[in-house]
Amino acid sequence: MANIERPLSPHLQIYKPQITMVTSITHRITGVALGVGTLLLAWWLIAAATGPEAYEVVSQFLASWFGRLVMFGFTWALFYHLCNGIRHLFWDAGKGFELPTMRKTGMAAIIASVVLTLLTWVVAYGIGG
Amino acid sequence: MVELALPKNSRVGTGKTHPKPEGATNTKTFNVYRWSPDDAENPRIDTYYVDLDDCGPMILDGLIKIKNEIDPGLTFRRSCREGICGSCAMNINGTNTLACTKGMDEVDGDINIYPLPHQPVVKDLVPDLTNFYAQYASIKPWMQTQTPPPPDRERLQSKEDREKLDGLYECILCACCSTSCPSYWWNSDRFLGPAILLQAYRWLADSRDEFTGERLDNLEDPFRLYRCHTIMNCANTCPKGLNPAKAIAEIKKMMVERRG
Repeated sequence: MANIERPLSPHLQIYKPQITMVTSITHRITGVALGVGTLLLAWWLIAAATGPEAYEVVSQFLASWFGRLVMFGFTWALFYHLCNGIRHLFWDAGKGFELPTMRKTGMAAIIASVVLTLLTWVVAYGIGG
Repeated sequence: MVELALPKNSRVGTGKTHPKPEGATNTKTFNVYRWSPDDAENPRIDTYYVDLDDCGPMILDGLIKIKNEIDPGLTFRRSCREGICGSCAMNINGTNTLACTKGMDEVDGDINIYPLPHQPVVKDLVPDLTNFYAQYASIKPWMQTQTPPPPDRERLQSKEDREKLDGLYECILCACCSTSCPSYWWNSDRFLGPAILLQAYRWLADSRDEFTGERLDNLEDPFRLYRCHTIMNCANTCPKGLNPAKAIAEIKKMMVERRG
């Protein structure tokens, strides 16, 4: 029996996606994205300390359509990670584990993150243009 | 280790389609994972048609009918056929459950059946659960005491203390939850997984057990306990309606509380 090379049964390939599973992996992905996004923030700060020319380069990049898209994604990642992080705080206190609650708070985190992101950008465009 | 894709020898190919039973008008399609150690072939999906007019209502009834009448080689575990032994745990249409308590009418369209996910396959729908049972043994799932029992009777428990075991003692160790957990998929060599942690908590929560400290010491480990990231597949899939994630959270709380 030990000599037989046994196959591994299928896992991710067949498992049905569920909201709690999706909110969990998204929490991790946004966490990584925030880490990478912080490099952008560091680049911006370093440029500001370096001088007007360097700062101009960063400003132009961030103001381009691509820069804005990245910043939009960064905003959403931040809000999602924040909202879902609040769920994690409750779980650490042993609360909110009932399945209907889980599904509701998951949906709430998704909706809240989208609303907060849009609100931030509406306000930002309102002020800065 | 996270490996999203299946190893080469585990990729699933297309298999054989068995003909529809003659004269049957009301059939259900079963797509079933097959693998045999007797040849060097990859796993495959075989298709069977079950005559619903001449079959019991549960998915296990369908599988037994296939084995009896169409393909005697089809291999799966089953015993009690009433959701108490945990033998017929398998992945049915994307989630793990017991074939004996899942009705065919609960599934729209085809019924797709795989073994419990991310386990070595012994044959067809039979996974090798050696690691799972070894992990169960590692938490010492029995009452441990230092004080002698009362001379004239067994160790008694108040009603309230007994109630603390509700939602824990009902676990039948079918392994549906552990094999639904992505953390367990990637780290089953070190992470104990939801079923075993729920059992660990069952003994931590027992007012008669006197080895709480030792039990917590055994779990205080970055992998054994703390690989649970509240993904919740365990509670979503448990055929007995239990909540292993909640039990794991209670263990984590006990860890914090004993630090004072």
